[in-house]
Amino acid sequence: MSLTRTTAATAAPLTNSLTAGKLPRHSPLIVLLASWLVTGAFFFVLMLSGAAEGFTIVGTLFFGTVVYCVAIFLLSYYVEGVRKAKDRLVTALVTVAFVVALLPLFSLVFTTLVNGLPAFLTPSFFTQSQRNVVGEGGGALHAVIGTLLITGVATLISVPIGLLSAIYLTEYGRGRLARAITFFVDVMTGIPSIVAGLFAFALFSLLFNDPGIRFGFGGAIALTVLMIPVVVRSSEEMLKLVPNELREAAYALGVPKWLTILKVVLPTSLAGIVTGIMISISRVIGETAPLLIISGFTASMNYDLFNERMMTLPVFVYTQYANQGADTQSYLDRAWAGALTLILIVMLLNLGARVIARIFSPKLGR
Amino acid sequence: MSKRIEVNDLNVYYSKFLAVEEVSLVIEPRTVTALIGPSGCGKSTFLRTLNRMHEVIPGAYVTGEVLIDGNNLYGPGVDPVLVRRQVGMVFQRPNPFPTMSIGDNVLAGVKLNNRRMAKSDADALIEKSLMGANLWKEVKDRLDKPGSSLSGGQQQRLCIARAIAVEPDVILMDEPCSALDPISTLAIEDLIEEMKADYTIVIVTHNMQQASRVSDRTGFFNIAGTGKPGRLIEYDDTTTIFSNPGVQATEDYVSGRFG
Repeated sequence: MSLTRTTAATAAPLTNSLTAGKLPRHSPLIVLLASWLVTGAFFFVLMLSGAAEGFTIVGTLFFGTVVYCVAIFLLSYYVEGVRKAKDRLVTALVTVAFVVALLPLFSLVFTTLVNGLPAFLTPSFFTQSQRNVVGEGGGALHAVIGTLLITGVATLISVPIGLLSAIYLTEYGRGRLARAITFFVDVMTGIPSIVAGLFAFALFSLLFNDPGIRFGFGGAIALTVLMIPVVVRSSEEMLKLVPNELREAAYALGVPKWLTILKVVLPTSLAGIVTGIMISISRVIGETAPLLIISGFTASMNYDLFNERMMTLPVFVYTQYANQGADTQSYLDRAWAGALTLILIVMLLNLGARVIARIFSPKLGR
Repeated sequence: MSKRIEVNDLNVYYSKFLAVEEVSLVIEPRTVTALIGPSGCGKSTFLRTLNRMHEVIPGAYVTGEVLIDGNNLYGPGVDPVLVRRQVGMVFQRPNPFPTMSIGDNVLAGVKLNNRRMAKSDADALIEKSLMGANLWKEVKDRLDKPGSSLSGGQQQRLCIARAIAVEPDVILMDEPCSALDPISTLAIEDLIEEMKADYTIVIVTHNMQQASRVSDRTGFFNIAGTGKPGRLIEYDDTTTIFSNPGVQATEDYVSGRFG
């Protein structure tokens, strides 16, 4: 410091031409709080004067944030110049957009937790079915089992089909057939889930000549129709990411193509493929419409995929809400608890996918 | 161990495009042959035809013949996999397998082919190959670490170790030093000099000093213009090519007046 002072004293007062005005570090936060305070005060006065009924916190936050965007722009414009002012404005807008996008999610999780926890925490929820329950009590064990069985079988069917199609498309497919497969996979991605349910229902009612057929395996088939395109697309993208040099390195060592795919391409992309499969499971595990059609609903336990109706969690939530009995509240509680269970299962799946992805991803560490 | 390569009237195509035209040459066993020439003249393309890696690219094919000790690589019924087990290749960019450790990378040729190997044999092979690639001392204490943890030059030598672990007769090198610093380049050039005793080596290089340092014979490729096929202009002893070339284009190229 002393050195710069002495040089500044001896030489003429040199100003660094690279400096510019700068707002203090925490000014955005302070401006935001101030804007909320100002709009809050405005609404408070409105309330006191009787122009508005009560104090609105949503209005305060909303208009306060709008005021903040304007205030930070003007403030920064006068202190820091137009470039930084634009930067501050866009930063504010981007942050607001992020918060707005997250709000529904938090609201959803919060509401589900608050409404679902009472029934979720009753010991019978995971030990009993709804058989012979008309009021309070009972549980969703039959629905949890049904969801796990049907989604599990759907995964067992669609992962081999989807993964092998993806391998065909990236490693072997050339020309018209590959283009046709890609096109139809894209079309399949857009199939409404109810159509998949109707497909499975039509297929099995024709096959078994039973116009009222309901069974769990049919639900698994319907979910498979929805799942395959997602698995194909995600696996294909992951396989395409494997550098061609690795394939060539394996070929140059005299490794046949199928062993190259099996031992070089797949292990290299395994983490991404597993993540894609988990995402596709999360996508179908919450499907209601197709399962309602082909698997139906029931209040009893059913471990047999090929016989009788089978309950699943989304359908459980729907039926508890749609067919409320005399004791309305306990039905609503169970519906929320079922929704909470579903969210938790999906969350666990995603966490599992992250762990697996970390274990399998190529090691780069030194 | 090492074998003689004879190329007769080889034309190399990418679909309809003729990339390299009418190449004929003979590569003697236990020699280092350098291929030089401007970018895009078909050196690498030609090199990749010597172990049938060319046809990995969709639509690529070859006419003419490549004989290794009299066996035509492009004869009917030839299995490219068997060809590649005899003719190894080292690429421009080091490409160790990211999912494997250093030791497994060396053994890749064995492991990927599902062959079983006793632990002691495997260890011996790792040591021998890494010794051959001049890398043993640097990595012997961390064979279980991932191959990508090595430096670029070490990775390239790991790839060479991987190539010699399958005990090929011929080793092709496609600009093996272009991504490396001078010290690593020197290490690999020394290695090529040592490996000459056991293998037939063909190396593509953009570095003419490197060609003159390591090779016994040199081939000069050139193209007449973009879209025209590449041709082998001159093929002779390295000393002749660099001191007294027979063709004007070669002299212009090696003296730096062109390309």
